[in-house]
Amino acid sequence: MLEGWVILLVSFGYLCLLFAIAYYGDLRADRGRSLITPAVYSLSIAVYCTSWTFYGSVGLASQSGLSFLPIYLGPTLTFVLWWFVLRKIIRISKRNRITSIADFISARYGKSGVLSGLVTVIAVIGIMPYIALQLKAVSVSFNVLLQYPDVATPAATATVPWLADTAFYVAITLAAFTILFGTRHIDASEHHEGMVCAVAFESIVKLLAFLAVGLYVVFGLYDGPGEISAAALADPDLAPLLTLNNLGQYGQWMSMTLLSMAAIICLPRQFQVTVVETTDERHLHKAVWLFPLYLLAINLFVLPLGLAGRLTFPDGSVDADTFVLTLPMLGQQEALTLFAFIGGLSAATGMVIVATIALSTMVCNDLIMPVLLRLPALQASERGELTGLLLGIRRAAIVGLILLGYLYFRYIGESYALVSIGLISFAAAAQFAPVIIGGLFWRGGTRAGALTGLSLGFLVWAYTLLLPSLAQSGWLPAGMIEDGPLGLGLLRPYALFGLEGLDHITHAVLWSLTANIFGYLIVSLQTRQSPVEQIQAHAFVSVLRTAGPYQGLGYWRGSITVADIRALVGRYIGHERAEREFAAFASANGLSLEAGEAADARLVGFAERVLAGAIGTASARGVIGSAVKGEVLGMDRVMEILDEATQIREYSRRLEQKSRQLELTTAELKAANERLKELDRLKDDFLATVSHELRTPLTSIRSFSEILYDTPAIETGERQQFLDVIIKESDRLTRLINQILDLAKMEAGRMDWNLADLDPGGVIVDSLNATRGLIRDNEVQVDVDLPGWLPPVTADRDRLIQVLVNLISNAVKCCARPQGWVHVSAKVRGRWLRVDVVDNGPGVPPESREQIFEKFHQIGGALPAAQPGTGLGLAICRQIIQHFGGRIWVEGAPGDGATFSFTLPIRPTEDTRAAAQ
Amino acid sequence: MALSVLVADDEPNIVLSLQFLMNQAGFDVRVARDGEEAIAMIEERVPDLVLLDVMMPKKDGYEVCQTIRNNAAWKDMRIIMLTAKGREVEREKGMAMGADEYITKPFSTRYVVERVKQLLGA
Repeated sequence: MLEGWVILLVSFGYLCLLFAIAYYGDLRADRGRSLITPAVYSLSIAVYCTSWTFYGSVGLASQSGLSFLPIYLGPTLTFVLWWFVLRKIIRISKRNRITSIADFISARYGKSGVLSGLVTVIAVIGIMPYIALQLKAVSVSFNVLLQYPDVATPAATATVPWLADTAFYVAITLAAFTILFGTRHIDASEHHEGMVCAVAFESIVKLLAFLAVGLYVVFGLYDGPGEISAAALADPDLAPLLTLNNLGQYGQWMSMTLLSMAAIICLPRQFQVTVVETTDERHLHKAVWLFPLYLLAINLFVLPLGLAGRLTFPDGSVDADTFVLTLPMLGQQEALTLFAFIGGLSAATGMVIVATIALSTMVCNDLIMPVLLRLPALQASERGELTGLLLGIRRAAIVGLILLGYLYFRYIGESYALVSIGLISFAAAAQFAPVIIGGLFWRGGTRAGALTGLSLGFLVWAYTLLLPSLAQSGWLPAGMIEDGPLGLGLLRPYALFGLEGLDHITHAVLWSLTANIFGYLIVSLQTRQSPVEQIQAHAFVSVLRTAGPYQGLGYWRGSITVADIRALVGRYIGHERAEREFAAFASANGLSLEAGEAADARLVGFAERVLAGAIGTASARGVIGSAVKGEVLGMDRVMEILDEATQIREYSRRLEQKSRQLELTTAELKAANERLKELDRLKDDFLATVSHELRTPLTSIRSFSEILYDTPAIETGERQQFLDVIIKESDRLTRLINQILDLAKMEAGRMDWNLADLDPGGVIVDSLNATRGLIRDNEVQVDVDLPGWLPPVTADRDRLIQVLVNLISNAVKCCARPQGWVHVSAKVRGRWLRVDVVDNGPGVPPESREQIFEKFHQIGGALPAAQPGTGLGLAICRQIIQHFGGRIWVEGAPGDGATFSFTLPIRPTEDTRAAAQ
Repeated sequence: MALSVLVADDEPNIVLSLQFLMNQAGFDVRVARDGEEAIAMIEERVPDLVLLDVMMPKKDGYEVCQTIRNNAAWKDMRIIMLTAKGREVEREKGMAMGADEYITKPFSTRYVVERVKQLLGA
């Protein structure tokens, strides 16, 4: 018979055995002969498998087949594929004496007290359901066992007054044992080797118990796995559990796998055993395969047990979460039932002990210490030891945490299955993943970004998972789940913003992690890091590239004495231990420890790290800061200097930016000035040239006028010649003035153009008629080659004639003597009319072919002396042709001559349009 | 023997007027159409005075002036520069090159003849 007292006695005896193991483990550690081997380390990580695994997985498998698996697939993936992340976290934590996950995150983001506080709050609220889950499991299993040999599910505990509630006593007992395990040591250091040994032992017990039950059920109750699966396949309700064909589950599988990958790092208790309690980084090598192997072993019988449970209790009268107990009970296996109960107890107590120790450290270091440190009694001037106070706080925190878990269990947890409760906690812990992974590999993550990401993720988690759990338990109106708060459908916690069709956990994970990651990234990119943040970010991200303990805390330059700082550290870790630690550090680094001497910067940095091991990074920074504050170069001053340096750097960065802008502006101004100068010079040159061109004919006119005036007796022939010069030069002057005005108008865009559709052939003939006299005088032969019909062009007739006359005149004046010839032709080239004027004169040298279209550019001797040009003709031609949308240029001609050509766009007529199409 | 004057200018009508004026004043006149021709004619027979236009093809008046002043054999030659460029800097440049006189176009014919006579001591 399994009487109540028997169960209690065995349970109590088992807990005492655990304590004995822990005691022995601590004893060995004190003597320097640690029991922590790679195997023990790996087994301690198996604290991951709680009563959720032990009882809950079977329950889940009996309902939905293999969907319990992702929870173990995730950690396996993390350990096998992502072991380097774990290694990096461990390396960093060892160098910085990290005490908890809150401490780790806070240390990465500038040793922020606010951040570690936030992480602690999230962890406490998030893990509370998880602790409740263990209490529920223990009390339910105890109550089930009490009814032995009757197999029945006991009444819900909420109806029982709490003084009669088994779970309450379970909670009290667990709190007492946790205090014994976790805070037995006076020096409050970060290692609990005894606890690790006990947890490893528990891992063995729960595995063996589970395997024993599995073997008994599969091979005792049934005739091997073949019979169970055959029976299950024959049952239409159970057959689907053996297949993976439910498409809707893939999203859930993904999210569960992801969630558990994060959980194996981010759950405070996993961080505690995997990172904080590590004595040797190399142990990870074994854990990388041993831990996944453990997971595989403990999951072997989950599905068979679930199926066997369903087959054995087809009416559903027995809670599936209790199959591990009820199946052996059914077989009247007294000892096996008790063993199974002890296995479940192991799974539950292991979790509660480690989780509450981890959380109490966080609560003490990151919530309570920062407040206490502000009290005058704790100021640096006081001498009394504080280790007692620290332990007191932690013990109180342990009791508080377990009681919180109990309250959650009693008032909320009843309405949920074990697995659902656990997943709520997983989702909370997963909120730490972005800031941890980001902090490990991305130097740009800032404190503000981490605060934002965590806060957002936590709020969304609370809204989509915690709030509904309160509502379902009747603490909030149930209507808010169905219709949303105040009837706002978009804000339904299980279908936020209309996202439906996902299970609650996947839905919550999706929203909370999205908010978390985006908040973290965006705010990080928008904010700047303080100096301490920069130092820490560098130390974290490049930890694998830097050798030896991290020395980056050299910014302590206050002149505290060796005696003072040792006393300060001693208050928190015990004077004796402080003495030992300091002596070891001094001898290793060749430092002197004269009591009255000023402490070396390295020693102060070391003191901070030692202190961080006891009270956390952020608090340690505060304590050392306030101690050094009273001295010449206090923490604030040093930080000020660092901040100043940052400001100066920022200032100089801005200055550099400004000076670059100035340089750029100066260069632009210089260029503009050069352009202006150039324009000015051009204008000056133009005026000088115009003046020269005007003065030249004027000189002749004046000279001959004076000569005629002064010489009345001049011969008639000469008089005639001189008067002729005066008239011609006056003409030239007039022409020049007109051209200058024309050009000025064209350049200023004020020319009046009389545009019309012109027949190019007619214009060419008219131009030739206008130059007939010149042609005759020069005895030049002019050929014209025009096709029968030319398409019309749009131009100003007079201006086009001006261009042609100019080109023909130039050709006539320049061509060879005595046998000069000029050839004028027009033809259509694509959409262009092209006119060529070819002569057999001296030609234009290639280097001058561009320049001759510029104002007053005359190449020496181009025109015969008797027929000078104004130097503006070709410039005007170019202006005119360009205005009509064409191009004018000069090339060589066969022989020595020149070919002046221009093009004009053909006006699109119906014909050409049709041709174009 | 008459004093000789060389007129160097590329503007035919201006040359025509100066030729007439110098002949009228009783000088032996020769004409060059550009800078190189002017140097060639000086080398052929050294004139007593050159009426030198600044803007000429091939070699401008400044270059011709410099060439003359760099040759010791021609140190007695008088140079009057004529220019249609009105700027003061041009005048200074011409005087610095060693010209005896710098006259801006359009000029007074009487003044030119007077200055030529003065410089030649006629």
